[in-house]
Amino acid sequence: MSAGQLPRWVDYGLIPFLNLAAAFLVSGLVVVLIGENPLDAVRILIWGSLGYGEGIGFTLFYATNFIFTGLAVAVAFHAGLFNIGGEGQAYVGGLGVTFACLALDHIVPWYVTLPFAIIGSALMGAAWAFIPAWLQATRGSHVVITTIMFNFIASSLMVYLLNSALKKPGSMQPETRTFEMGGRLPFLNDIFPSFGFGYAPVNLSLFVALVACVLVWLLIWRTKLGFEIRSFGANATAAVYAGISPVRTIVITMLISGGLAGMMAINEIMGSQHRLLIDFVAGYGFVGIAVALMGRAHPVGIVLAAILFGMLYQGGAELSFEMPNITRDMIIVIQGLVILFAGALEHMFRPAIAGLFMPSRAQAKEA
Amino acid sequence: MSETPAIELRGISKSFGPVHANRNIDLVVKKGSIHGIVGENGAGKSTLMSILYGFYHADAGDILVNGKTVTIADSKAAIGMGIGMVHQHFMLVDNFTVLENVVLGAEDSAMLAGGLDRARVELKRLEEEYELRVDPDALVQDLPVGLQQRVEILKALYRSAEVLILDEPTGVLTPPEADHLFKILEVLKNEGKTILLITHKLREIMAATDSVSVMRRGEMVATRETKDTSMEELAELMVGRSVLLRVDKKPASPGAPVMEVENLCVTDQRGVQVVKDVSFSVRAGEIVGIAGVSGNGQSELLETLSGIRRATAGTLKINGETIDLGTSALDAADMRARSMGHVPEDRHRMGLINSFAEYENSILGYHHDPAYSSGLLMNTAAIKQNAVAEIEKYDIRPPNPMLKTANFSGGNQQKIVLAREIERDPDVLLVGQPTRGVDIGAIEFIHSRLVELRDAGKGILLVSVELDEIRALADRILVMFDGRIVGERGADADEGELGLLMAGVEDNTKLPVEGDAR
Repeated sequence: MSAGQLPRWVDYGLIPFLNLAAAFLVSGLVVVLIGENPLDAVRILIWGSLGYGEGIGFTLFYATNFIFTGLAVAVAFHAGLFNIGGEGQAYVGGLGVTFACLALDHIVPWYVTLPFAIIGSALMGAAWAFIPAWLQATRGSHVVITTIMFNFIASSLMVYLLNSALKKPGSMQPETRTFEMGGRLPFLNDIFPSFGFGYAPVNLSLFVALVACVLVWLLIWRTKLGFEIRSFGANATAAVYAGISPVRTIVITMLISGGLAGMMAINEIMGSQHRLLIDFVAGYGFVGIAVALMGRAHPVGIVLAAILFGMLYQGGAELSFEMPNITRDMIIVIQGLVILFAGALEHMFRPAIAGLFMPSRAQAKEA
Repeated sequence: MSETPAIELRGISKSFGPVHANRNIDLVVKKGSIHGIVGENGAGKSTLMSILYGFYHADAGDILVNGKTVTIADSKAAIGMGIGMVHQHFMLVDNFTVLENVVLGAEDSAMLAGGLDRARVELKRLEEEYELRVDPDALVQDLPVGLQQRVEILKALYRSAEVLILDEPTGVLTPPEADHLFKILEVLKNEGKTILLITHKLREIMAATDSVSVMRRGEMVATRETKDTSMEELAELMVGRSVLLRVDKKPASPGAPVMEVENLCVTDQRGVQVVKDVSFSVRAGEIVGIAGVSGNGQSELLETLSGIRRATAGTLKINGETIDLGTSALDAADMRARSMGHVPEDRHRMGLINSFAEYENSILGYHHDPAYSSGLLMNTAAIKQNAVAEIEKYDIRPPNPMLKTANFSGGNQQKIVLAREIERDPDVLLVGQPTRGVDIGAIEFIHSRLVELRDAGKGILLVSVELDEIRALADRILVMFDGRIVGERGADADEGELGLLMAGVEDNTKLPVEGDAR
C-alpha cells in the first residue's frame, strides 16, 4: 500500500539523483582500485559526452535509441508487465525498416519512405511481442521468460535471414545492400550545421522519438486505453471488476510496447547504418529497462535518463581512449552500477527519504 | 485499590507525524477480568494495543505490568512479560499441523522432535485445563475458523501468557462460534487470566466483559463497569453524540421483479462447487439481504452476478432480458451496461485502485460513459467536476479529488465507491459488506443512502456477514450456507433462528456447542 504521497520533486528528482550519486561513488572506488584518478575520469566522461559538438551529437544519437527502448519498457510497466524482450523486438523491427527502405529508396525521397519505415518497424516489433503477449494473456506464461527467449529466437532468425534472402548478392558480409538516398534520414549536422555535430550520426529520428514521448504521455494519462492499462497494472482485480478485459489489455499493451521497441531500428538502420546488419541492437534493448526504471516510466524522465545513458556510452568511449587502463568493460561495469542503483536498488533510499518528508503517515492510518 | 492491576497504562501518547493516534491514555486492567475496549475505526485502539505488544513505542507515558514499570522493546519482550496477542488475521501456517504452529517460534532447540514431544504434553495439559480441544495433528487449513482461532489462543497460552489481547476476535465467527469463544474467555478468566477484548460490536461488550473503556479520536473518553452501562451510552460515547442503532425506514412497497436468478451454479478455481443451484428474485423497491457466515458462497454469488466470475449453469433475468450465465461471456462492463451497479465486498482489492487519485476512482468501470470521454480520450474536466459533486453530496473527507484513495479513511473510501455506483442510477445494485471497517457515523449515512435508493424503486441485493446490518436493512432475508440458500425469512426474523440457519443447522435440531468439524 502506498505510504502517502511524497512531494513530486523528491519522487522524481531527489531519489533518482541519490541513486545516481551512489552509483558514481561506487564506480569511483572501482576507478581508484585500478589506479586512475576518479575525478579525472569524471571530467573526461563529461567533456567527452557534452564538451563539444560531435560529442553531443553522439550522446543524442545513443539517447534516441534509449528513448525508444525506454518507452517500450515503460508502457508495459504501466500494465504491470515486464517486457524484457525489447532487444529482440528492436532487432526484428529492423526488418520493417529494411523492407520499406529496400522497396522505396530508389523511387521516392526519404520523407516518403519514413512513414512506411515507422509503420514497418512498429508492426514487426509488435508482431514479435505478440506471441509472448498472447501466451501471457491466455496461458499465464510469464512474459519475462517468453520475451527473453524470443530475444534468442530473434537473433537466430536475423542471422539466418541476413545469410540468405537478405544478403547482398556477391558479398560475404551478412548484411543487406546499402540504401540509396531515399532510404536515409538526414543527419542533424546537415540540417543544423551551426551546432557542429560533425560526423556524429544523430539524425531526424531524434524528433520521431520525441513525438513518440508526447504520444506515449497522451496514451497513458489521457486516453481510455491508458486508463485501462494503468488500472490493470495497479490492481488487476479491480480492473476486472471495472469490466476491463485482462486478455485485451495485456495483448494491446505488449503490441504497443513491442512497436516502440521496433521503432528503435529507424535510428540505427535508416538514420545511421543505412543497411541492415548483424547485432545492430547491441544491448540498447536491455539498457531501455534501466532507462525506464530510472525515468520512473514517465516520458520526461525517460528522455532525461536516455540522455544520461547516452552520455555514459559516448563519454565512456572517450574515457577508454584517454585512460587505456579503463577499458570498454569498465564502462559496462559503470553502466551496470547505474542500473543496479537506479533499478534494482531503487527502493534503497526511499524509506529513509520518506521518513524525512512524511513521518509515518502510513502507520498512523492503521491506528 | 487493594489489588495490583495486571496492566496499567499512564499517560501514553503516540503521534504519527501530525496525527495524534493516542493522547495521554490512562488504562487500568484488573487482574482476572475481561476488559473491553471499544471505539470507532481510527480511534486508536489498535495503536494502543500495538504499544502494549511492543510493535510501536510510546512517545510518552509508562506501562506497568503487575505494578512494575517496564519497557516493551518488541513483541518478544511482550511475550516474555506474559502478554499474548490473538490477531484479527490469524498468524498461522496453513499447511502445518496445530502442534507445529503452536511450537513455531518457540522451539527449544535446532532439532524439532524433542520440542514437539514436550509441546504435545503441554498442549494436552492446556486443553484439559481450559477446555480448548483441538486435534494437535490436524492441518490448520482443514480446521474451521473457530478452531483456528483456538489454535491462536493456545499459541499464546503455550508461551505462558497471563494477559491475552484479542483484536476483533469475532469478525470471522458464526454467532454460535462467537458464543463459544466467550465461554472459553470465561474459563480463562476463572483460571486467573486477564483478557483485553478489542471490538466495535457493542453487544459483545455487554455480553462478555466485566468493564469497558471507550476510545474516541485517540483519547480514552470513559471507563465503565459493564453492568452499570448500556449499549446506547457506549455508542454515544464512541461517536460523541447519540446515534440510531436502527435504520429509520418505511415498509417496502415492492414492484415487479427487476432481477431473477434461476438454478445458478458456480465452481471456483479449485474445482469446488461453491454456489449450488441458487434461485431467487429481487423486486423493484426492496432490499433482499443474504445472511451467512463468510465463505459460504455469497462472495462468489455476487461476483458471478456482477460479471466478474463465470457460472457453470443458471440463468439471470434482468430488465426483461434473459441471460444464460452458463454460456454467456458477459463481463463486468456488460453487466453495468444492463444497469447493474456493484459495491464489492473488498473495496481495497476490488472496488478501488488505491494508487489512483480519487477522481480517477470515481469513474472506475464507467470510463466508457460518453459523459466522461470523447472518442479515445478521457474528459478529465468532466470527470473531476463529477468527482467534486459526489464528494459534496456524500460528504467525502478530505474533499480533495486529487488525493490518492489510499489516503482516505475506510468510511470515506466506502463512500467513494458507493457514490460511484449509486449516482449512475442502476436498476439493480449489488452490495457486499457495505460497512465493513467503517465507523458508526459513516454506517448511518451508507444505510440511509441504500434505503433512499430502495425508496426510489430500485432493487438491492445486500450481502453482509453482519447479522445486525441485514436485519436492520433487508425487507427479506435469505440465508446462505454451504453454497445453498437454506431459508428465507421476513425482516422481523428471530435472530436465534437466523443464527441456526447460518450455522447450517436445520430448524428444530440442537446446536452442537463444541463445533468440532473434524
